[in-house]
Amino acid sequence: MMGLVLTVTAVALALAAAGAIIRIARGPSLLDRVLAADVLLAILGAALCIDMAVNRHLNNLMLVVAVSVIGFIGSVTVARFVADRREQPSES
Amino acid sequence: MSPEPNAVDTVIDAVSAVFMVVGALMSLAAAIGLLRFPDLMSRMHAATKPQVLGLFLLLASVGLQLRTWWVWPVLLVAWIFQLLTVPVSAHMVGRAGYRTKHLHKELLSTDELEAVVVKAAKAARESEEDDGGNRTAR
Repeated sequence: MMGLVLTVTAVALALAAAGAIIRIARGPSLLDRVLAADVLLAILGAALCIDMAVNRHLNNLMLVVAVSVIGFIGSVTVARFVADRREQPSES
Repeated sequence: MSPEPNAVDTVIDAVSAVFMVVGALMSLAAAIGLLRFPDLMSRMHAATKPQVLGLFLLLASVGLQLRTWWVWPVLLVAWIFQLLTVPVSAHMVGRAGYRTKHLHKELLSTDELEAVVVKAAKAARESEEDDGGNRTAR
C-alpha cells in the first residue's frame, strides 16, 4: 500500500511543482513569483514529510523547519522592498 | 514494520495513507490555483492550502507512521512555527500587492482598506499643508 501511496503523492507533487515553476517563469509581477516560490517551498516540505512518513525516520524534520524559515524570510524581505515599476496601474 | 501486522496497524496505515494523499493533493490544488486564478489576492488564497492544512496532514502521517509518542510534540512545534510565520508573510505580500495595485478592484466584494488609505492620505495632505511643505512620513 505504501508503494501506491508513494506513486500517487509523487505524481501529484511533481505536477504541483511544475505548475509553481510555470507560474514563477510566467508570473506577471514580482509578487506572483514570490508567492509561487513560497508554494514551491511548501511542496518541497511536503515531499520531505512524505519521505519521512514512508521510510519511517525523522532525519528531515529540521530541514522542513528550515525550509519554512527560508520561505518566511524570503517572502517578507521581497515584499518589504517591492516597488511598482509599471507604467499604468491595475493591469496585473 | 512490526512483525505481525494486526488490525490496528492496518487502520493506522490506512489513515496515514489517506492523510498523505490528501496532503499531496493540497499542493496540487495550490498549483492549479496559482495557474488559473486571475490576480494576486486570489492566488494567495490558493497558496495557503499546502502551507497549513497540507503540512498538518503530512506531519500527522509522519507521527502515525513512527508510532512513538515523543515525536508528536516535535511535530506540533514544527506545525505551530509554520502557523506563526505564514500569516506574517501573507500579510506582507498582500499589503505590498495592495500598495502596488496588483489586484482587480472589480473582483473584490468589499475593500475595507480603501477607506483607511483615503483617510490616511487626507490626513497626510492636511498636515503637509500645516507644516508648509515639510515632508511627513506616512
